[in-house]
Amino acid sequence: MSTKATGTRQGASSQPADPAGAGPRVGDGASAAHQARQTLARAHWAAGAFADYDRDTVLRIAEEVARAAHAESARYADWAVKETGFGVVEHKILKNQACSLGLLERYRDEDLVSPRIDPAAKIVSIPRPAGVILALTPSTNPVCSVFFKVILALLTRNAIVVSPHPMARACCADAARLLAEVAESAGAPDGAVQVVEHPTVALVETLMSDPVTDVIVATGGTAMVRAAYRSGNPALGVGPGNVPVLVDPTADIAAAARLITDSKAFDNSVLCTNESVLVVVDSVRERLVREMQRQGAVVLDDAGRDRLRAYLFPDGLLNGDAIGKDAAWIADQAGIRVPPRTRLLLAPVDLVVPEEPFCREKLSPVLGVVTVPTAERGVEAARAVVRIGGAGHSAAIHSQDPEVITRYGVRVPVLRVAVNASNSTGSAGMDTNLALSMTLGTGFAGRSSIGENLEPRHLVNWTRVAYNSDPGVPFADFAGIEPWHRPPARVPAYPRASNLPPESQGDPAEALQGRGQPTASPPRRGATGPGSAGGTLPDSVRDQLRAMIIEELSQLTGG
Amino acid sequence: MIRSGMGSARGSVAPGLVPGGAAQGEGRAMHDYDVFSVESKAEVLEKSREFWNPGKTDFWSETGVDLVIDRREGYFIWDMSGLRLIDVHLNGGTFNLGHRNAELVEAITTGMRSFDIGNHHFPSSARAALAEALIRTAPPNLTKVVYGSGGGEAIDIALKTARHATQRRKIVSIIKAYHGHTGLAVATGDDRFARIFLSDRPEEFSQVPFNDLDAMAAALAAGDVAAVIMETIPATYGFPLPEPGYLESVKALCVKHGTLYIADEVQTGLMRTGEMWAVTKHGIEPDILVTGKGLSGGMYPIAAVLVSEENAGWLTEDGFAHISSFGGAELGCVAALKTLEICGRPETRSMVAYIADLIGAGLREIQASYPDWFIGIRQNGVVMGLEFDHPEGAKYVMRHLYRAGVWAIFSTLDPRVLQFKPGLLMTPELCEELLDRTEAGIARAHTEVRGSVRRPARAGSRR
Repeated sequence: MSTKATGTRQGASSQPADPAGAGPRVGDGASAAHQARQTLARAHWAAGAFADYDRDTVLRIAEEVARAAHAESARYADWAVKETGFGVVEHKILKNQACSLGLLERYRDEDLVSPRIDPAAKIVSIPRPAGVILALTPSTNPVCSVFFKVILALLTRNAIVVSPHPMARACCADAARLLAEVAESAGAPDGAVQVVEHPTVALVETLMSDPVTDVIVATGGTAMVRAAYRSGNPALGVGPGNVPVLVDPTADIAAAARLITDSKAFDNSVLCTNESVLVVVDSVRERLVREMQRQGAVVLDDAGRDRLRAYLFPDGLLNGDAIGKDAAWIADQAGIRVPPRTRLLLAPVDLVVPEEPFCREKLSPVLGVVTVPTAERGVEAARAVVRIGGAGHSAAIHSQDPEVITRYGVRVPVLRVAVNASNSTGSAGMDTNLALSMTLGTGFAGRSSIGENLEPRHLVNWTRVAYNSDPGVPFADFAGIEPWHRPPARVPAYPRASNLPPESQGDPAEALQGRGQPTASPPRRGATGPGSAGGTLPDSVRDQLRAMIIEELSQLTGG
Repeated sequence: MIRSGMGSARGSVAPGLVPGGAAQGEGRAMHDYDVFSVESKAEVLEKSREFWNPGKTDFWSETGVDLVIDRREGYFIWDMSGLRLIDVHLNGGTFNLGHRNAELVEAITTGMRSFDIGNHHFPSSARAALAEALIRTAPPNLTKVVYGSGGGEAIDIALKTARHATQRRKIVSIIKAYHGHTGLAVATGDDRFARIFLSDRPEEFSQVPFNDLDAMAAALAAGDVAAVIMETIPATYGFPLPEPGYLESVKALCVKHGTLYIADEVQTGLMRTGEMWAVTKHGIEPDILVTGKGLSGGMYPIAAVLVSEENAGWLTEDGFAHISSFGGAELGCVAALKTLEICGRPETRSMVAYIADLIGAGLREIQASYPDWFIGIRQNGVVMGLEFDHPEGAKYVMRHLYRAGVWAIFSTLDPRVLQFKPGLLMTPELCEELLDRTEAGIARAHTEVRGSVRRPARAGSRR
């Protein structure tokens, strides 16, 4: 689920100076770039060590990290909502759980460590991790993206440097530090999981183009994704979504109503996979809308719709205050009277055209609704939605007709179509059998190098050891050859004097240390939390970020 | 011709800037360093003999290491001939962070907008900031900082401080110790450097063998010794490692006899052993700690003495008792602050452990191939001494390493041992390249010394 509400304007420094910096300091922001490059250099060492790990150890590390992440799902869900102001705690808990133990369960049996021997083809394939992954995580799916990318990296023996979106910096950095501690105590190499503590646009661009970065996995705003592709380094970046959902007369209307409402309300619709425009065939419109009303949707009349449009799109640009807020709150702000338990606002529109803002992404529980005479016209309307934005991303359809479903898949230029399912979760592999992922490749149509849901195998290359195909050249017996090793207790070993007897394994230095390092170690996990001074951004900065997000949205949604 | 003048011959390309750096031969374009330029390496050698130091110049030419460093960057230096060398001499850790470390250059360049040397008579923001930063890294008993312009002066300050605090004159050091060349420092060291200048002072300065506790106990027994000065691992002596418990026992003897323990951490400090100060790995709180060389990353000279509160009395009694125009030069403070920051980063600590691990394992594999030649590895972090079975073995190895593109220096006071000092921020790729070249150099030196070309099969490949 890439999101769009996450990028930051290039060239703008969006990070306040660290107020906690105690003691003497030298230099300015340039120092942060040097230090962050050193983070990559450390990751490079870790990646080299990690690439030699055996599968048992890798699984043990991934499992311990997934467990630790799962155990903290609720705390981080709460923190993320408090810090960013986006989304719904309960839904973020679900995603955090899916992206921890859920992810591990889905991928643990896929062996991306052991060599594969194919005697018929006379090829031995040896997995080769990417090395250092620079992972950009968004503000809308913040902590679950950290969980997702870190666990993917660990399953594939890659080192990872997480660069959180500045708006979700504190919760993401804390989560990354937690996973780093757990990974290391489970045996991962020192530095295998690190975090950029104070990301700024300039800093992230520096890291993206650093030669030590082996691959960038960019989930975030369009500007940042484009910058990733410009960096000169391999990048897996994904484009934005703008999801049409078609309901045709063959659909189970009650089920469709429930699924669409739930999906659209999920996490207050801040995800790129939340449905954006409902396309419904005229003959079932009334029934569908009635069912949706029973689920908590409110259909706006023309005046209400216009008032909502004016609130949501002042000057044609999305109002950042509304991002990730619930429907009742938005209605109230717009001056529309709705029942307090309203989950969804339905905004009827006549035609899917670029100048109609309700046909763009709204990042809030507001669903554009367009009525079409036939399923065929509906397919074309869905195609028009994606023409406005979200090419290569995802679409949903509720139908029993394979002809219509196929036509939908052909005509709507997206790379995943959720059928009779919630798109929010379905496209991300949670209620479908797609790969479970927080990063949905938008393919060539969506200006991405990846067209599938990002999964562990995308972070591994394979060296193909290919024999002469001549039957006269025999293929050797590779069975039982294990190139990897169980690592020692600590990687790397603590530097001990070479004349010390091997039994004194403790670190004598721990007995007596200096009072501290000239640069403070990263703050201890848990030292800051939601609401504490260090955990949230000052209002002025938050406003600035919102402004940047809105500007970015206006670009990508064609406003 | 060496000439002065800004901007002369600006158009000619400085040869060191040619990428790749393969030997390009002599007789190319002039080497233009902007403020001055030179025609050739031969000219530099000739002028060095004439105007500078004929002894040193001739020594290196005769040794087969006719190095005149031209370009330098990271862990590479280039001879004027274009030969590229991986630097694992690092001048005793001066270039721990690499030559002209970009972050450091930036800090100093910025610092020059505000600072010059400063006036040593007055309190200064830069000196206070560095002093605070140093104390934060140090064992908790150390509370005051005195600055020198270099390691020798810092050692003198340490010894003077000990004399003031104890009101005793005698100083005990290690045979083959090396603490510098200034008035008091040189007296602690090998006769070679003291006698030539009639600077040996046997009545006040005595030496005992390293790792010999009985000798140390005897030297301190009279209770008239101001201080024992001890490199945590004696560098110029080839990094012989203190036997387990030795330094701890020396410290205990010092406490018993009212003698101060001065830790010379000029070469072993600044994270080279995986801790900021190597002496802390022994659980020792020295009364005085001396740092220099790497303290300012090889960009601007500065040295510092860290003193415990109870021994820093002279700073209150007469703060002007030691004066040094360049001691604590403010630009040096800026350089040192940044260096200390980099050295203390968790990333640096981690990388030192990785580098020590990889190079240590690689050296042991090389050693396994030449067990009768390469007979010992002394290692603590990236402090390493490689021991060869020949009275001047390290000189052979040094020469062959030089030809193989590695610059490492023999130990002046034990030429069997090569000082091998990888930098703190090396990449895995560079470490592997270093090992490949080192193996070749060791093998060729072995062939030269033993006259054989034996290359035993190796057990496994280096990782």
